[in-house]
Amino acid sequence: MTAPHDDHDHGHDHGDEDWPYPHPKQPDLEDGPVSEHMIMTEAVAELLIDKDIFSAGELREMLESIDSKSPAEGARMVARAWTDPDFKARMLDDVNAAAEEIGIDAGTIPIRVMENTALVHNVIVCTLCSCYPRLLIGLPPDWYKSRNYRTRMVREPRAVLAEFGTEISDDVEVRVHDSTADLRYMVLPMRPDGADGLDEDSLAALVTRDSMIGVSVLKPDNQK
Amino acid sequence: MTAAGVSARFTEGDRVRVRAAYPPGHMRTPFFIRGHVGTVIRFVGTYANPEELAYGRDGKPKQPLYWVSFPQSDLWQDYSGSPKDTTIVDVFESWLDPLDAGEAS
Repeated sequence: MTAPHDDHDHGHDHGDEDWPYPHPKQPDLEDGPVSEHMIMTEAVAELLIDKDIFSAGELREMLESIDSKSPAEGARMVARAWTDPDFKARMLDDVNAAAEEIGIDAGTIPIRVMENTALVHNVIVCTLCSCYPRLLIGLPPDWYKSRNYRTRMVREPRAVLAEFGTEISDDVEVRVHDSTADLRYMVLPMRPDGADGLDEDSLAALVTRDSMIGVSVLKPDNQK
Repeated sequence: MTAAGVSARFTEGDRVRVRAAYPPGHMRTPFFIRGHVGTVIRFVGTYANPEELAYGRDGKPKQPLYWVSFPQSDLWQDYSGSPKDTTIVDVFESWLDPLDAGEAS
């Protein structure tokens, strides 16, 4: 971003002549272009509320609930899988059921977990839109939804991983999962070396969002 | 395996070719695998047909869905990563032809 500056001998446009201050106003949300989809979304929401399908409060609660999801739930599952092989087996079979066992609501959309090993590094993408296991790792980062990531992760995954600072040896298969249909995916990262003796909570604190997407691996000295 | 009366035609290890079809509408089969040969990793259940759901219909009969694995070096002629690298895509059965039948025709 632009560094703070006092002198104004540079030529950038400060916009509105009636605005007496040196910098333009921060645009309001409403100053952006209004798309047809934005109008339709608002219209449908208003109709559903008018028809008492749900209330405005319920809609707000749902949005708040979605926004409140974080990678912490997924991290807790990873830590449990590292410490409990039986749990890991059940998680590999059915993430949603395994989540329920430890009091996590992973929703009804089936989630599958891909286990990283010394031979396989998994990474998740949705080339068609932005499918993502939101209930376990929160809202997707903007880059996950970008066309750049969505096209290049299947085209040149190692180059994209390198841009995230992740170098995968050629001896290891890079396995890209394109979630095009009804399943959602998360990655079970490898437990970092040097994490012996940590309890489950401490292990969970090592697990990052990006490691569960597969764009990073957990380093021995990983500090969150 | 069957579910809702629909039986899965393919099983683990089957070689399949993704139909090189380009119909209009809401398709969940990405262009980059159309016409390519892959290997069925597993049958992952039956799901409402997204091509129908997109138009407000009920999506029935449900369609078998598979994980299909493609070697990256087959998908992209100039792929520069490791020859071990693969992409797995979720593909509905209606988009898959058995390799033998496809190759014989």
